[in-house]
Amino acid sequence: MGVALVLIFFVAQVDADQGISQKIFYFHVPIALTSYVCFGTGAWKGLRLLWTGAERYDLESYTAIHQGTIFGALTLITGSIWAKASWTHWWVWSDDQLVLFLVLFLFYCAYFMLRTSIEPGSRRERISAVYALLGVALIPVSFLAIRLSKSFIHPVVFSRHGPGMTHLQFTAFCVSWAALLLLVYVMYRIELIGKRTDSELRDLREAVAA
Amino acid sequence: MSGYAADVAALARKDLRLELRAREVVPAMSVFVVATLVVFHFALPPDSGRTAAYGLLWVALVFTALLGLGRAWVPEREGGVLDGLVLAPCDRSAIWLGKSLATLAFLAVMQAVALPAFALFFAPIRGQAIVGIVLADIGICAVGSLVSAMAAAGRTRDLVLPLVFLPLAIPLIVGGIGSSVATHGSHYLLFLVLYDVLFSILSWASFEYVITE
Repeated sequence: MGVALVLIFFVAQVDADQGISQKIFYFHVPIALTSYVCFGTGAWKGLRLLWTGAERYDLESYTAIHQGTIFGALTLITGSIWAKASWTHWWVWSDDQLVLFLVLFLFYCAYFMLRTSIEPGSRRERISAVYALLGVALIPVSFLAIRLSKSFIHPVVFSRHGPGMTHLQFTAFCVSWAALLLLVYVMYRIELIGKRTDSELRDLREAVAA
Repeated sequence: MSGYAADVAALARKDLRLELRAREVVPAMSVFVVATLVVFHFALPPDSGRTAAYGLLWVALVFTALLGLGRAWVPEREGGVLDGLVLAPCDRSAIWLGKSLATLAFLAVMQAVALPAFALFFAPIRGQAIVGIVLADIGICAVGSLVSAMAAAGRTRDLVLPLVFLPLAIPLIVGGIGSSVATHGSHYLLFLVLYDVLFSILSWASFEYVITE
């Protein structure tokens, strides 16, 4: 993480077009990609749950989606700041990715409400897993829908001809993404340990009471 | 396979017969959609064009569909029928398909009221828009039957269903409005077909997990 910060602020060239505000690109895009990774992991764990029926995948899927939602909120915030700096508005509907994240953020907020409204048990685990799977199907479909609904003015950096950055900028981007992935993994493990301890404690309490 | 089709038909027929006898959901939806259109007449500024009216038509259709979906599993829950259906020797996805077909019939009746009313109050509707509405209905029923069964498992079902359903319905609304407004909207219709196929397969495959204890 520290290496990434050094690379971003001192080594990578300042963008000629956008100036210093372009630096947020090194946070915004990796955060967004990391949150996709989290949602994907959540859906994968959900699929494993449905496949094998092993109970432990439920908490893993839940934790991954929780982290994904946190990073999704961060994406919205950093994207909003970038929009303010580049286009002088806090929110622009013309940015496909941000609108997509708003839709996903709402969708996964509903995940938590649905989950907390159902009694704990195998049915809740399965419904959560199916919901996580619906989420990964929704990501490309919504993206396509938003593309269809309007023309886009977002600077497309990754084109078919490879990334439109210098090597140094690309290195900074990759290091930053790697740092964020590491961060999210550590947070995921910590939260998972906490949640597992919680559920074990509850089981013990029930055993003592019974 | 004929056994599967017979199961689906029996389940859909049960819902339609219940509705024919009780006449609860469809009249409520029809009155609601007309009332919404009247509200929109007053909500729209006088100089806003037809495009805005088409957009509001879709808002009315989606919210009315939501009204019907909220009631979709109520008879099963109140009668405790769901446990019986799960135990019955039929494929569980047949329950989903039967419910989707019945809901599709409800929506069709509601829209047979809503679209003439819209044409009368606001603007004419083209054939392409009607194809778009039919395709969107299929998607609404497929996804809606699944998520309303999910929401029905919880304590706060009426509260959670719109929250879950609306983000999922956004692609349908985009495709639907595109097909109503654009002059050459075939790619919007294609997109709706894609959505219907993808989410129908997903709902069909995953319904069993939602409904079993």
